[in-house]
Amino acid sequence: MATETAHAQVPLTQSATHDAKQGQQHPLGIYFVIWGLLFVLSTFSYLVDYFNFVGFARWSLILSLMWLKAGLIVAVFMHMRWERLALVYAILIPPLLLAILVTLMSMESDYTFWTRIVFFGLFRSHSGA
Amino acid sequence: MAELAAENQDSKLQSLVTDWSTDQETFKRVHWGKAMMWIFLLSDTFIFSCFLTSYMTVRSSTTMPWPNPSEVFGLTIFGHSVPLLLIAIMTFILISSSGTMALAVNYGYRRDRRMTALLMFATALFGLTFVSMQGFEWTKLIREGVRPWGNPWGAPQFGSSFFMITGFHGFHVSIGVIYLSTIAIKVLKGDFERKGNYEVVEIAGLYWHFVDLVWVFIFAFFYLW
Repeated sequence: MATETAHAQVPLTQSATHDAKQGQQHPLGIYFVIWGLLFVLSTFSYLVDYFNFVGFARWSLILSLMWLKAGLIVAVFMHMRWERLALVYAILIPPLLLAILVTLMSMESDYTFWTRIVFFGLFRSHSGA
Repeated sequence: MAELAAENQDSKLQSLVTDWSTDQETFKRVHWGKAMMWIFLLSDTFIFSCFLTSYMTVRSSTTMPWPNPSEVFGLTIFGHSVPLLLIAIMTFILISSSGTMALAVNYGYRRDRRMTALLMFATALFGLTFVSMQGFEWTKLIREGVRPWGNPWGAPQFGSSFFMITGFHGFHVSIGVIYLSTIAIKVLKGDFERKGNYEVVEIAGLYWHFVDLVWVFIFAFFYLW
């Protein structure tokens, strides 16, 4: 293209440490592969509901498909796998703290649930009261 | 950059330590806008996690039955009731928007302005479709009597969790549509030609992929669980 040759003379380098030309430039194919994979994984997670899986099978399937999809989006679409480790760790380590919040809140909700049962005589089917 | 060249000899873990301890620039060769966007997305992760954790808390502490999302969000097509149909379509639309966005970033770095803008507009259009379908879903549920304080099928916390989580996500999508359209127009006008730097497109893309990422978790925890 004519415009491209015209731009070739424009210096691409912004600063000593940053080279725009190096940017996150990858072959297009990988995006189509990930796109397709996300479609397949989403179909699988929909089928988990459609075929009414229950119990351990249900939530283990839901969770593994969820993490696979999340991983593909962050690693490829958001280019995390090509970033420097300093940035990767700065972004991916802090959310691990959320495990503490989730653990505390699940203990708390368990306590609330049994408090309601014991003190208000409520039960899921209302038959207890 | 003799230092960086020498540093390439070190292990990756070594580079992590040196980067964080050089007392100057931690995120080397990373555009400041990109670093800031990532930090914003990190904070947003905590916000959405708080919503999802609250949802977990109210759902597991209620003594009333939780409405079955499979039925609540089902649609009746030609007399057959298909579970979660609308949500499944919305999921595929959002994934496709992420796909076009990833391509837009790529064409941005190739400095193909027309293609970049075209793909970004396509992404925004997918986003708009998503929000419209969410509007349809909200209308349907409100007509059926779902309120933040109660619903006809069981635990009243269902409504508050639903409106809070999907509302906040829909708000993010709407902002994203405006954001992407703005950047796409600037790309078309050639605003980034002077510097020849199309990282702005990648930064906008990060935000958009994050919106898709959040939906992955909402889909799993709210709709499938």
